[in-house]
Amino acid sequence: MGKELGLQQMVGVDGGLMRFGRERPLVLDSGARLPEIEIAYRTYGRLNADRSNAILICHPLTHDQHVASAHPLTGKPGWWTQVVGEGRPLDPARHFIICSNVVGGCMGTTGPASVDPETGRPYALSFPMITIADMVRAQAMLIDALGIETLFAVIGGSMGGMQALQWAADYPERIFSAVAIGASPRHSAQNIAFHEVGRQAIMADPDWRGGDYALAGVRPEKGLAVARMAAHITYLSEAALQRKFGRELQRDGLSWGFDADFQVESYLRHQGASFVDRFDANSYLYITRAIDYFDLAASRGGVLADAFTGARNVRFCVLSFTSDWLYPTAESRAIVRALTAAGARASFVEIDTDKGHDAFFLDEPVMHRALNGFLEGAGQARGLRAA
Amino acid sequence: MTEPSESFREIARLVRPGARVLDIGCGEGDLLELLGKEKDVDGRGLEISPRGVQACLTRGLAVVQGDADRDLADFPSGTFDYAILSQTLQQVREPRQVLVELLRIARRAIVSLPNFAHWRVRFSLLLKGRMPMTACLAEPWWSTDNIHLCTLRDFTLLCRDLDLRIEQAVALADGRGARSINPASPVENWRAEQAIFLLGRAS
Repeated sequence: MGKELGLQQMVGVDGGLMRFGRERPLVLDSGARLPEIEIAYRTYGRLNADRSNAILICHPLTHDQHVASAHPLTGKPGWWTQVVGEGRPLDPARHFIICSNVVGGCMGTTGPASVDPETGRPYALSFPMITIADMVRAQAMLIDALGIETLFAVIGGSMGGMQALQWAADYPERIFSAVAIGASPRHSAQNIAFHEVGRQAIMADPDWRGGDYALAGVRPEKGLAVARMAAHITYLSEAALQRKFGRELQRDGLSWGFDADFQVESYLRHQGASFVDRFDANSYLYITRAIDYFDLAASRGGVLADAFTGARNVRFCVLSFTSDWLYPTAESRAIVRALTAAGARASFVEIDTDKGHDAFFLDEPVMHRALNGFLEGAGQARGLRAA
Repeated sequence: MTEPSESFREIARLVRPGARVLDIGCGEGDLLELLGKEKDVDGRGLEISPRGVQACLTRGLAVVQGDADRDLADFPSGTFDYAILSQTLQQVREPRQVLVELLRIARRAIVSLPNFAHWRVRFSLLLKGRMPMTACLAEPWWSTDNIHLCTLRDFTLLCRDLDLRIEQAVALADGRGARSINPASPVENWRAEQAIFLLGRAS
């Protein structure tokens, strides 16, 4: 099967790198094509005999395929160990869990830092613009290559939730259920504005060099760190920042200067500084742009329900957080309204928390119980048993 | 408030097997589960409390967190065969509007409610001079969610005003078996502790 599809794989027991040859270019929404793409992915658990237990996790903007195992660059635990693991809602003992780095990313999947086979040099800004639908198209190629026809579930938070919705719009017959957490059917003006601040910070860094920093052997670390700091504020909430930091100082007394006097400053600086160790600045530009371009209803005359007409048989679970001001509950309600209008089987819970958008990474027992209940019910409907 | 399962069994009896059902104010999903098991319905729920929705999810039910007063407008017309409002009409802000919405969304509505003209309620108010507390009205006035209680007579008159046809009416009282009743009868307005109505549009 590998040969027919023009792919070579290097599969470890728990993931690897899937290579697609020139016979299988990735055709993008912009009209451009990416020949010879590579998709880096991780898996946890085993595919069962009837291939019915596969779950695809779609990662958010600043994360990657290392969902529940140590990150190769930082050594830190995976970003969703609260949800994925033994006895968790996504359990490798029952599910075959897949997560792949998105196209345009920087953890092994083809992106702006990859070498352009035409020129032999890094793509940098000659990398074509990508969209959420392009990311999903690449994921579908991976799922094909892994021999999986239908996913038991596609699950994501934030940008990952957008991908889960895009799966429902583009491949409804290939998913049994879908979970969108803290997601939105389109990026709002305020969110585009925050992304633009981040991009301008990167592009204003002299080390960005028009995107060609790799050739010069430098990295726009300052710009990327500022982008991360600004974005990180949007992932929290006023209440959570107040609870965690208040006006607490780093040391006794003010410095009467511009050092990080306040703990919140120090925290943000740390967020920025550690981010640049694991993320590529051009990837940040491309992926934030893909999110800005996301508007599921736009190509359907503004009628969101029309995106889900093929998804009547898909079970949906939509979750939002009361303090999420990046993708507020109203956005999730718009999704649920459209799913209901399309006749899909939708469940929706708004979770009460002060932790803001990032609540979906954290220890949120209500979210975990809701996810568990939903997947349990869906699993029974699909006849899943332990692998 | 957990409703006696007697009433759920009566509601289930009114539902055609295999129907598409929306249970509004579905709580923890007891009725939806019963309807799924006994009538093989394609069921959905709307529930205001996150705790209820969560319990429903755990049972594999499709339930949306929402408010009957605000969120029924999200459902397209004619999506369901039955819209069920069990012991909830007296808790919404706009009962008239909600009734009209039920019969926009579904071909038939099943509404159950406590009868405020039941003899125990009447005597309780008459003799004690306090807000009645009975098995059906278990909460004191200051903590009850019931803001629009009505009598059997009130409800039949409202149905007439709204051009709704009462296709069946069932009374429940004191653990005695359910009885089909003529809801316009003054005697039933004394005797029925709770009533369940199957409603359709008059035209």
